[in-house]
Amino acid sequence: MKKSMNRRDFMKKSAALVAAGSLPLSVVEMSFGKSNSENFTFAYISDSHITHVKGNDFVRNWDRGLIRAVAETNLMDPKPDFVFYGGDIAQLGKPEEIDHGLDILGGLNGKVHYVMGEHDYYLDLGDYWKKQLGPDYYSFDHKGVHFVVLNSILTHEKWMHKKWDKGMDRMLQMARLDNPDGQPFMVGDSQREWLQKDLAKVGKDTPVVVFSHSPIQKIHKGWNFWTDDAEQVQALLKPFDKVTVIYGHVHQIQYNQIGNISFHSAMATAWPWPYPSAYSQVETYLPKLTVEMNRADPFNERDATGWQFINMHTGNVDLNYVLPENKNRVVAFDASQGKPVDRDYQDADKRIPPQVHY
Amino acid sequence: MQTRLLFMILVLGLSSQAIIAAPLGLPPVPVPANNPQTPEKIALGDRLYHDERFSADGKVSCSTCHAREKGFTDNLRVSKGFNGLTGTRNAPTVINAAYYTSQFWDGREPDLEGQSKQPPINPVEGGLKSHDPIIEVIRGDKDYTSAFKQVFNVNANEINMDHVSMAIASFERTIVAGDSAFDKYMYGGDKSALNEAQQRGLAVYLGKGRCVSCHVIEETQALFTDNRFHNIGVGFKKIKGKESETAAQMLAAKRKGADVDKTVLTQENMSELGRFAVTENPTEVGAFKTPTIRNIAVTAPYMHDGSLETLEEVVDFYNNGGRLKESDPVSGFISGGIKPLNLTDQEKKDLVAFMNALTSPEYQALAKKF
Repeated sequence: MKKSMNRRDFMKKSAALVAAGSLPLSVVEMSFGKSNSENFTFAYISDSHITHVKGNDFVRNWDRGLIRAVAETNLMDPKPDFVFYGGDIAQLGKPEEIDHGLDILGGLNGKVHYVMGEHDYYLDLGDYWKKQLGPDYYSFDHKGVHFVVLNSILTHEKWMHKKWDKGMDRMLQMARLDNPDGQPFMVGDSQREWLQKDLAKVGKDTPVVVFSHSPIQKIHKGWNFWTDDAEQVQALLKPFDKVTVIYGHVHQIQYNQIGNISFHSAMATAWPWPYPSAYSQVETYLPKLTVEMNRADPFNERDATGWQFINMHTGNVDLNYVLPENKNRVVAFDASQGKPVDRDYQDADKRIPPQVHY
Repeated sequence: MQTRLLFMILVLGLSSQAIIAAPLGLPPVPVPANNPQTPEKIALGDRLYHDERFSADGKVSCSTCHAREKGFTDNLRVSKGFNGLTGTRNAPTVINAAYYTSQFWDGREPDLEGQSKQPPINPVEGGLKSHDPIIEVIRGDKDYTSAFKQVFNVNANEINMDHVSMAIASFERTIVAGDSAFDKYMYGGDKSALNEAQQRGLAVYLGKGRCVSCHVIEETQALFTDNRFHNIGVGFKKIKGKESETAAQMLAAKRKGADVDKTVLTQENMSELGRFAVTENPTEVGAFKTPTIRNIAVTAPYMHDGSLETLEEVVDFYNNGGRLKESDPVSGFISGGIKPLNLTDQEKKDLVAFMNALTSPEYQALAKKF
């Protein structure tokens, strides 16, 4: 009978999930730290683009995306040790937008760490964001892992500080895709100097996890899926055994392995971007390892948005994408292959057609 | 030889087609390959469906909560089982249930066969401890044993619950109904079948009301469901602020072996978790299956908890973005498609008029009661 098949399949699936340590909400502890208490998970929410209309009016769809991610994150069991917010709380950096976003994020249980996005920054060069949330680059240690937060969306000092009529003009320039007057993102000299000093205190066998808004790798310049000094930052991370970079900005699933560094992108709660290959005028460099998301169904409003939780049980990352109106995905570091691998779709014959079709 | 075989297949195909001829507006009923329709099996299913002995007090059959004379529901907010015990959910109509790709409000069973096995052994429905008493009754009933022999070619001691559920499912696959005024208008070429208010209502349904996004109408047929699960805000107030706690309770109960069917029908809070109780997927908290809205005028009250009494209330609920009153809170888990619609009073009335045009001729007499 179909029904018993279904039950059996479910049991089989449950067993597989437990073995992989990636049940949607329950995490199986495996050892990497000195004791089991050092294994942990954290959640990651990003790119909500809260947009102020006027008065108390905000774009409802973006509000609901963030509200839903917060509600779902609060279901995690066991609770995540903390939550990361990956940047672009606001659409145009307005204090109203940052405050409204922080109001919604205030619904999260537990500590939240923040990353600066370009949409939070370019109206006032991050002044309001920093007033509300503190420094835009910092590091901390947690249960044997060294966490680093970078502000990777800076650009040439000259451009940022040139004489603008209004901060909003600068913001709108930076918000535009394929902008011929656009500027590339960068971490910059002073932050890289800080990073070098910060990492000097860290043992080479300590797992390092870096958070940035833009990818610390070069994928597509016109949309700033790009950090201009990516190679220099990567060089600073090279001496460590286990390094992971987690970034927002791209509103889509990407993952890569460059030497010892694993890269993972996060979903937006607001909207999905197409993959750069959809823009055929220029060459793009989407990592070959990445199995693309299947194309968003425009009739399902939240499709191709989402949030993620990260299991640190091996010192590398198991990244669990929670995808409303779609199938959740897990991209986990595979020690035998030395790179992140999608649990279900990595093999070419396991993919579903829209993953390779525009 | 081959030609003869082909001929046989054609004849058999045609005869089963005849049993399940699709009404105007509906596709042929999907029939699982391992449970073909036969007149004898359908008659047996009909009898089993109405047999009250398959319950702890001998008074509850499938028909108790899914009665033909009540549009195959019970017209109660939530259903009453043995000894008058009540569950947590509104009895969905059996009419056109054969078209769903999963059964129950949370889709916890994949088909009618699986569905029909659960209520007799649910503690607030049939109340039996196991299926054994059902099999005992059947084996001791000569009419049944001869019918099972004829339908399944099994002796009395070989009859099991799979046979029972297959017969009931076959009967339920005959309870299909289209041919409504809407079908005549949309698929029958009769542009006078809908009055002006109903035609305006159809425009709201397809346009500003965005009803069609989930209650699907296609070019050649209308199931009025997308067979998916959505959180539309119903029942949210019951677990507001307690979502994580309730989800954790459900997961803990399941880890200890709790049965989803029993848990969600006996625990009000956990019932509100909807599809999450089945899949444990955080994106499906409070999500319930899109029900067909064919014959909606005869199957009040509405929603998985029977909380809305009239179609006017249903329209208000959607118009306010997933809540009855504008002052009510909105669930954090609500589906992206649920948002305030800003319908005018006229548009709301027209929408109700349209829904009243979805009643099939065989249930038209019931519609007059409402």
